[in-house]
Parts: sequence; structure tokens; C-alpha cells
Amino acid sequence: MAKYIVKRILLGALSVFIVATLTFFLMNLVPGGPFVAEKSISKQAQEALAAKYGLDKPLMERYFTYMNDFLHGDMGVSLRQRGRTVNDIIFSKFPVSAKLAGIAVAVALVLGIPLGCVSAYTRGKLPDNVIIVLGTCGIAIPSFITSVILLYGFGVKLHALPTVGLNEWKAYIMPVTALAIYPTAYITRLMRSSLLDVMGQDYMRTAKAKGVSSFKILFKHALRNAILPVITYVGPMLAYLMTGSFVVEKIFTIPGLGREFVSSITNRDYTMIMGTTIILATLVIIANVIVDILYKIIDPRVKLK
Amino acid sequence: MKKVLALILALVMAFALVACGEQAAPAEAPAEEAAPEKTSFTVQIGPNPETLDPALNSAVDGGNMLVMLDETLLIIDENLTVQPGQAESYTVSEDGLTWTFTMRDGLKWSDGSELNAKDFEYSFKRVCDPNVAAPYGETVMGMVKGYAEAAAGDLDALAVKASEDGKTLTIELAYPCSYFDKLAAFGTLSPVQKATVEKNGDAWATTPEGYVCNGPYMISEWVPGERIVTVKNPNYVGGWDSSRIVTDEITYLLLEDSSAAFAAYNSGEAVMIKDVPTEEIPSLTKAADGGDFYVDPILGTYYLSMNTQKEPFNNPLVRKALNLAIDRDYIANVVMQGTYAPAYNFMGTGVTDFEGMFIDNAIAANGGTYISQDYEANLEAAKAALAEAGYPNGEGFPVITYSTNEAGYHVPVAEYLQSCYAELGITMNIDKVEWASFTPMRRAGEYEMARNGWVMDYNDASNMIELLYSTNGNNDGKYNNPDFDAAIDASRVASAEEHFKALHNAEDIMMADYACIPLAYYTDFWLQSSALQGTWHSPYGYWFFMYGYLAE
Repeated sequence: MAKYIVKRILLGALSVFIVATLTFFLMNLVPGGPFVAEKSISKQAQEALAAKYGLDKPLMERYFTYMNDFLHGDMGVSLRQRGRTVNDIIFSKFPVSAKLAGIAVAVALVLGIPLGCVSAYTRGKLPDNVIIVLGTCGIAIPSFITSVILLYGFGVKLHALPTVGLNEWKAYIMPVTALAIYPTAYITRLMRSSLLDVMGQDYMRTAKAKGVSSFKILFKHALRNAILPVITYVGPMLAYLMTGSFVVEKIFTIPGLGREFVSSITNRDYTMIMGTTIILATLVIIANVIVDILYKIIDPRVKLK
Repeated sequence: MKKVLALILALVMAFALVACGEQAAPAEAPAEEAAPEKTSFTVQIGPNPETLDPALNSAVDGGNMLVMLDETLLIIDENLTVQPGQAESYTVSEDGLTWTFTMRDGLKWSDGSELNAKDFEYSFKRVCDPNVAAPYGETVMGMVKGYAEAAAGDLDALAVKASEDGKTLTIELAYPCSYFDKLAAFGTLSPVQKATVEKNGDAWATTPEGYVCNGPYMISEWVPGERIVTVKNPNYVGGWDSSRIVTDEITYLLLEDSSAAFAAYNSGEAVMIKDVPTEEIPSLTKAADGGDFYVDPILGTYYLSMNTQKEPFNNPLVRKALNLAIDRDYIANVVMQGTYAPAYNFMGTGVTDFEGMFIDNAIAANGGTYISQDYEANLEAAKAALAEAGYPNGEGFPVITYSTNEAGYHVPVAEYLQSCYAELGITMNIDKVEWASFTPMRRAGEYEMARNGWVMDYNDASNMIELLYSTNGNNDGKYNNPDFDAAIDASRVASAEEHFKALHNAEDIMMADYACIPLAYYTDFWLQSSALQGTWHSPYGYWFFMYGYLAE
């Protein structure tokens, strides 16, 4: 397995390199620049800015400079948030996003898996129907709607929860709820369909025929197999929640990484675009490696090569 | 049991992230130990400022923070008059070329160290330094002798000199600038402490420890994208009345989303917010009617640029028709929901003149606004002008394209313009362009008609009228009239009276040429609880909170 992990890490590094290279050239193809404003600054000032940040150099030279610095752990300075380095911004915001996304994923797993099981076990009956309806709503309603509804309800009308920042535990309730609804609903549906699939298998009938208690059938035989798709989904979901929570971060004023993703692109903040993209790529790759390892643990038939 | 293990692992994976977040999360509630009677209030005046370095800032939200944190040689009070700030007085030589500022006694930085004219000399030279690349360097220092050499790297060539004892600062100009006092009150020319800049580099302005300042308040905490907490600067000496600076702590919420701001206001987390959701405006009560919704003009004009080098916009009659076919009252009060004021002149409200207000004097001299406020008559005149230009009822007029970015009211305004020009028989297409590409495209003249706007940096009419000077970098319409340029040249004199006379002349010329299409004057609109007293809003687009306090 160690060999497998090393191999995956090397492949992952190659993927990150390719992503970084593509991003670098693509973002420079897009028109506009980082120093755009309604008021033009003098040509002299523009040239001075370009020279200061090395944007006056040929593209290939900039690419090699960036890659060289990146390999030495330096992602450069933000072109828009003057005086801040990309490393500083990412490492101060990453923990905020990670914590929020981590809690949301935990909530989604803790709620989604049992709900999916209940739904599958009561197929066609009332609990199943209720869960299906709620699940469909959870998938269909975008997070900006739930965020705004929560904000108005609990923040403005009831004054029950703080609306800005994450300075106390109560402040987590609304953003975590808004973030967790979609993955909870998705996991519920995933769990339901995969459990139904597993329950139709021959070995389940065998177990039942042997007189194994239905509780034991569920936990010993059904869950283990049915949970695989959920595990597959959790890894990438975690990565996307950490970086893709733009709307929730904006509405609840959370100083996380999600906002940097979107604003770096609209601002043409080249170094931030590179930094955030590389982080997302790395997270997705790490998540996938962990998922593969989990697979092996859950299902010994899986061979890691 | 392995599946349990797997589940646990998955949870551990999630919680590991939670745990690693725990360490770096801001320390919770450190304020508990502070004295209970500490006074404070919380406001929202914009998103996270990109920078608070006076030399690097070019945004209004950053500029508003600078007003609270830093103090320039002179300051502008609530009556828009220039008052002594860090300098207690100044003199101007007969020819208007030498400005001498005398500093106050006992000036200090927020860290308690001494501040004198030498700090200003350092800061002014820093603004010209090509390695600093200050966006406003030329705007505020371009008229100083030796600017060109300084901008090329020879900072000592700049004719800004502090006396040996640090008591006076002498500035020699290359050509007269009658409004240099207003520039001396402009945030870009706030002093920065050499020690902290040299120690921390560009990062000096990003941390509370590094941000040594000299204004009434100083930063105690900055969580980027969430809040900036400022506290009273105990070492403050300057132009603001220290006895009226009573609130211990002012917090700025760095909200980007207007519904989040609205929620913060309604939940009581903020007592004043700048970002009001436009869809809420109809249900708000204006301050004039006893409510908490304020609308106040700022020094800016929303206008349309026409590419005057291109057919058919090179014809003044066409420009006249396009100018007069618009119901400005409808645009400002219906399309823009009263958050703008209709513009019938280029220079708007709040711009001061030699005596009184620029717009009042222009109206008095011309017997009315440049563009009549009678829309029906305007429309008839527009049709007549179009016919005279050779396009009766719009026949033979090419299909024109209007470019705009998508934000605020830009698209609704564009759609309204479409209907206005349809009345003339002109077909107008709307080209929506992404922000980062929009301004470079407009600047390069790769458009026919485009949305434009300008908010003045300092209160002198030249700052806006010069936009139409043939070689101005923001002359997006590529307007070129030697008479107009001559009028602007004539305004660059020592006598403020002649300066303004020439600027009035320039506005006469450009409006007679219909060089651009003024549509509406910018305003700031905000919500402010009646509990917050002692603050004021200036037409610069800044709120002044130094005298603010929460009334019981």
C-alpha cells in the first residue's frame, strides 16, 4: 500500500503541475488586467506597477519565474490585496473554510446515512416519501436561497443568531446548515439507492434465510457495501465545500477561501488565481487518495495498484 | 467492524480539518477584561479594503478608512472648508509656486514617537517612488517641481523640503495650482512612518502592529473580509477637536453583500450601513420624513461617452440629439429609484467655486442649466437636430452599440436608453461587457457609446472637467477641441478667481459641443440608526465618525 500511496502522490504532483501550467496561460489569455479601475492611472504609474510585479516581462519568463518560486514554496504577492502574500492569505483563510466545511460534511454524514437507511427500509411507505420529498427540496434549492431565508428568519426577525463572522459557536449554526443541506440530501439519496441495490443481492437473501437478525444484516452486510458510493462522494465534496462556499461566505461574512476564488478571477489577481487553483487541485487529489485508501479498508476485494 | 473503522476514519478526516481550524481561529472574546463602560459602535462602509497604505489606495472605501486613521497637513471639515490638520498654518508665495506649511507642536505617531515635517517629506517622496507605484502619484504630486525626475527614480529631485528642525515643510511647484490646499488634504498625502515601512515593507499596512498612524483612531484588529476594529489613538494631536472624540472603539464590518448588510443593520449588529439592497428602497422611510434612510449627493457624475472620432458621433448635431432625447428625471427617480439625481450640467452639486457653488454660478451665468429640464421640448429639439444632421426620423442612421458592464443600474439604464433612442428612430444594441475587460476597451476607444462615470478625488472642478482634455488618459470619448484645451490651459494659474473663470468657460464649450451625455449625479444612500449621533457624510463619499457616539 505504501508503494501505491507514493505512486498516487507522484501522479498527483504531476496533475497539479499540469493544472498550474494550464491556468497560468489561460488566465493570461483573458482580456483585462489586475490594475483596472474606472479611473485610468497615468501610463507612467501603470508601467511602474507592471514593473514592480514583473508583469512587463515576457510570458514564458514569468511562467518560469513563477514555477521556480512556487517550487520554493513562494506563491508571490497578491496583486490586489497590496502588501499581502498569497501564502499569508491562503493560510489565514484555509483554516476558516476547512473548519466550516469539515463540520458541514460531518453533519451531512451523520444525518444523511441514517436517513438514507430509514428511507430504504421503509420503501414506498410514509417515512420514505417524506424523506424523498425533503431530499429533492434539499438538492433543488440553491444555498443562496437557504442562506437568505436563514439570515432573515433567525438573524433579523428572531434575533436568535449572529449574522456576521464566526466569533462564537452560535455563529456556525446558520452557515453550516446552509452548506450541509445539499450534501445531506445527496448522501441520503445515494445511501437509499445503494442500500436498495445491495438489499436485492443474493447474499442478503442468504443471510435472511440463515435467520440472521435484520439489525445484523443491515450493519454487518448491507451497510458495508452500500456505503462505498457515499465514501466516493465525500472526498471531492469536502474539497469543493472548502473552496466553493462563495455564496455562504459572502452572505454570512465569513473570511474564508471561497470568496478568494471568485474575486481573484474577477479582479485578475493573477497570483491569487494561481494560488487558489493549486490549492483546490491539491485538495481534490488528496481527498481522492484518502477515499481510495478507505475503499481498501471497507472492501478488502479492492486492490490498490 | 471495518466499516465502522471506515466511518470513523471519514469522520476523523472531517474533524482533523475542524481541529486544524481551531488553532488558527481568532482568539475568542479577548475584550472581556476591558472596562465595562467602554463605548463603541459598529458601522459598515464597504467590503474589505484592498489596502490601507495611503500611497497605494485608490478606492473610496479605503479612502474613508484613511480619513479616520491618518491625518494630512490640512483637513476638510463638515462645512467643506479647508482647516489646519497636522500643519497649524500655511503660506503661499505671490506667484503661487511656493507653499510653506508650519507644523503643529507636539505631533506624535500612534506608537508615541515624534512626528514632524521630515515624515511628510519622506511620505511625499514615497508617493513619487516608481518602486512604490502609487496610482495617484501624478494626480497629487505632478505639479511639484522635480516630479518627472522623482517618478523616474531620483527622489531627491522632488522639491519638497523639511526644515532642519522639522517645523516647516516647503513645497515648490513647477506651475501654479490654486487648489494645492485641497490636495494637501487628500488621503494619498497622509504621512507614513519610515520606521515601520522600512521594517515591514509593503506589508506594514496589513497588521495592527505595523500600521503606525497619526489620525484620531488606530487599528486594533483586522480580520480580512470580516471586520476592522479601531480604537481611539491616545497620542492623537491634530486638527480634529480631541474633546469631541469620545467613542473608545469603532468597528467596521467588511460586508460585501447588501442583504447581509441589511440583516446586520436590522439585527442591531451595525448602527449604520452603506450597502442598502436596492429592492428594499421603496419600503424605507427617508430621513426627511423622520426615517433612517439617507440620500446625500457626492461629487460625481454618471455620464455616457460617445466615441467622437467615429461616425456618426463626430457630428455635434447627432450628439445633441442623443443628449436631448433622454428624460433625466425619469432615469434618476424611476429607473434608479431616486438613488441618483438628474444631471442637466456636467459639474454637479457640492462642487465648490471661487465663491459659492460651481453649479449655482453656472446656472446663474447661463440663465439655466445647459440641458433644459423640459423633456418634451428637449425631445422636439432632438428630433430637429437629427433631421438637420441628415437623418430625419432616424432614416439612414446606422444601428449603434452601447457598451456597459453589468452592475447596479447600468443595464436598466441601457434598456431605458434603448427606448429613448427608438423615439428618434434609432436602433441601439446593448453590449454587456465583463468589468475587467470593460474599462480597457473603453479607454482604447473600441466602442461607439459607453457608460461612464467619475467621482472626484478632490473638490476642484478641474478634476472632472479635465476628463475631456485631448490628452487626458480618461478622455474615453477622444473629444478634441483646441478651444476647450485652451480654456483648461488658462485655468492653470495662481489666481483662484481666474482658475474658476476658465473652468466655467471650459464647461460652456464642452456642453455646447455636447462632448458627452451627463445623465445623473451620484449620491450616497445609507441607513443610519438615530442612536448614532455626531457623524456626517461629505460629498467626497466619506463618512466622518470621529465625533460619533451612541446616544442613550
